[in-house]
Amino acid sequence: MFNALNEKLEVIFKSLKGKGYLKEDDIDVAMKEIRLALLEADVNFKVVKGFVQRVKEKAVGKEVLESLTPGQQVVKIVHDELRNLLGKDNEKIRIAPNPPTIIMMVGLHGSGKTTTSAKLAKYFKTQGRRVLMVAADLQRPAAIDQLITLGKQIDIPVFHSRQLKDPVKLCMEAVTDAKKEAREVVIVDTAGRLHIDDSLMEELKSVKETIEPWEVLFVADAMTGQDAVNIAGAFNEKIGIDGIILTKMDGDARGGAALSIREVTGRPIKFIGVGEKIDMLEQFYPERVASRILGMGDVISFIEKAQESFDQKEALALRDKILNERFTFDDLKEQLKKIRSMGPLENLLNMIPGFNKMKGINIDEKQFIKIEAIINSMTKQERENAQLINGSRKKRIAKGSGTEVVDINRLLKQYKEMKKMMKMFKGKKALKLSNLFSMK
Amino acid sequence: MGLVNKLKAGLQKTKTSMIGSLSVFTGKKIDESTIDDFEELLYSTDLGVKATAQIMDALRYEYGDGRIKKYEDVKIFLRKEILSILGLPQPFMLYQERPFVVLCIGVNGVGKTTTIGKIAKKSIDEGYGTILAASDTFRAAAIEQLEIWSSRSLSQIVKHQAGSDPASVAFDAIEAAKSRSIDLVLIDTAGRLHTKSPLIEELKKIKRVVNKAMQGAPHETLLVVDATTGQNALHQAKMFNEAVGITGIVLTKLDGTAKGGIVVAIRHELNLPVRMIGVGEGIEDLKTFIPEEFVEALFD
Repeated sequence: MFNALNEKLEVIFKSLKGKGYLKEDDIDVAMKEIRLALLEADVNFKVVKGFVQRVKEKAVGKEVLESLTPGQQVVKIVHDELRNLLGKDNEKIRIAPNPPTIIMMVGLHGSGKTTTSAKLAKYFKTQGRRVLMVAADLQRPAAIDQLITLGKQIDIPVFHSRQLKDPVKLCMEAVTDAKKEAREVVIVDTAGRLHIDDSLMEELKSVKETIEPWEVLFVADAMTGQDAVNIAGAFNEKIGIDGIILTKMDGDARGGAALSIREVTGRPIKFIGVGEKIDMLEQFYPERVASRILGMGDVISFIEKAQESFDQKEALALRDKILNERFTFDDLKEQLKKIRSMGPLENLLNMIPGFNKMKGINIDEKQFIKIEAIINSMTKQERENAQLINGSRKKRIAKGSGTEVVDINRLLKQYKEMKKMMKMFKGKKALKLSNLFSMK
Repeated sequence: MGLVNKLKAGLQKTKTSMIGSLSVFTGKKIDESTIDDFEELLYSTDLGVKATAQIMDALRYEYGDGRIKKYEDVKIFLRKEILSILGLPQPFMLYQERPFVVLCIGVNGVGKTTTIGKIAKKSIDEGYGTILAASDTFRAAAIEQLEIWSSRSLSQIVKHQAGSDPASVAFDAIEAAKSRSIDLVLIDTAGRLHTKSPLIEELKKIKRVVNKAMQGAPHETLLVVDATTGQNALHQAKMFNEAVGITGIVLTKLDGTAKGGIVVAIRHELNLPVRMIGVGEGIEDLKTFIPEEFVEALFD
């Protein structure tokens, strides 16, 4: 799936290559694919519509950064907008000035409230707080047992009752108990319910009014589809929510529901669940989820990493060198260093749209170190003029760099091919980074 | 309340929030701009990008040829298109094998245990002796949950301790069914994401052991899918199908506002029929999947 999108974008990138400013037509082409990517990721169609419109307005007339193609520039604008919509990094759960901090977990059936309750309890316990969990799911068979079992695993008491049938009453008693026992955090696990089940929603409202929770957290399954807007909207309207926890993010769902829920509630996403084990609760980073929703996430990281590593001036200087066929071994060494500073090479190459087509090529990090060693063993003249390197020089370089003559030959051949490729850049405005990588 | 009514009731409640509600167009003529509204309607059902694109292409073609003029024409056309994908009803039934062994699988929180409780009740009511295998030995209190369903449905249960080998629970349940001449074995498994290979391996092992206990078993492998799920359900179906071979889908939580359109894509791409649908928390809230009713609820 990811590959398919990357390939599509590659085609778009090609058609957009080498234009200085983003024009409406170009953006329309790219946005068509972005729209499908968002829909494929389960972002609600209405949310997609509004989003695409806003991004279009922002993108028209934007200058294309030297290091990017126009297509990449559009993607970057899209990604930035997505990230902004998804909220801020690391939204913490606030602690009430007067204990206990009561947290109420709400959501549909099977969204993961009980597991998440235990994860949160553990999280607060690790901070050294005295936590109480409340088994207020009196509907689902064995829900109480489930929370008790989890409580035992993390050594946190669970307030429960097998006699009480009214969650409001149970929660009231739980809070009284928590105050008596000087609990700092109380986590209330409520029964899953449909947002259109009026009597159960009414019941949840009464629980809220009775215990006055400091935070109501809406627990949502990351795999949720188009209906996420209806569900989250209803819970927010009828109950009022303060934050969101996105569960089951360890699967391969693209998580478009996150955007839908954010858009319809405006509440922050505070945590994500990333596994069944009790410590598998992570902070929410909009950056990562934005990339995931787009389904070409790594392209974004690539674009940004490339921006960091290659500054404008250097890029221009490099372009001049390439255009004037003055690309030396020293320049090669410099470029390789930059590429390596961008992270593990395998990851990096996979970030490039279309690279997967070239799979089967072995990427060996050591090869890079070897190349650097070889270049280091060359004299200044040799680095600038490869033609100087004859048989005896090859032997000397091999000896100096701890390699074999075949390695030197291979590098020389690659260098020659690279220069040949660079000739093809001549006359083109933008230098496309990805072409530099395909030198092998 | 009949099924269609129940589904419709759920949909009624969200009508205001659904721009796609087709009745808005009643009697109206169709033109280029209104045709796009149908695309949004299809998306809103979680039908997915691919299926939507195909149906829309066909719709535009029909429109271009002048066969579609009014809203009613579109409605008939969409219904026909989706029905042709879904095919005829293929209900869950016990064939001649005894015991008839059913393996229930799916990701976490879709309603596997509840579904098993409901199937058990239905089978007992129809006169089939039924045994439940508590092979979800992982999730806290999953065994207790199944026990409650067993007593509600008056079915028997085979269980081991929490944390024990799920495959051996299934094996024992089949052996018990054989010796007690019980008709049906329903195996409840732990929820697992389709992307977790050790857990998928475990599932394969369960299947192997089940087959060892009885050749030809499991006779039915049901993937339980939450109607609220979006496009990921298709991945789930693909990967579970590759791993253990699915024979049918149970679509749960259709009593909410989600339409469950992804089953159309699952049927289209993997040819997996929906056997049953879950429409509530009650033990009776499991119905045979009837494509006509489903499509009716999708668009009305």
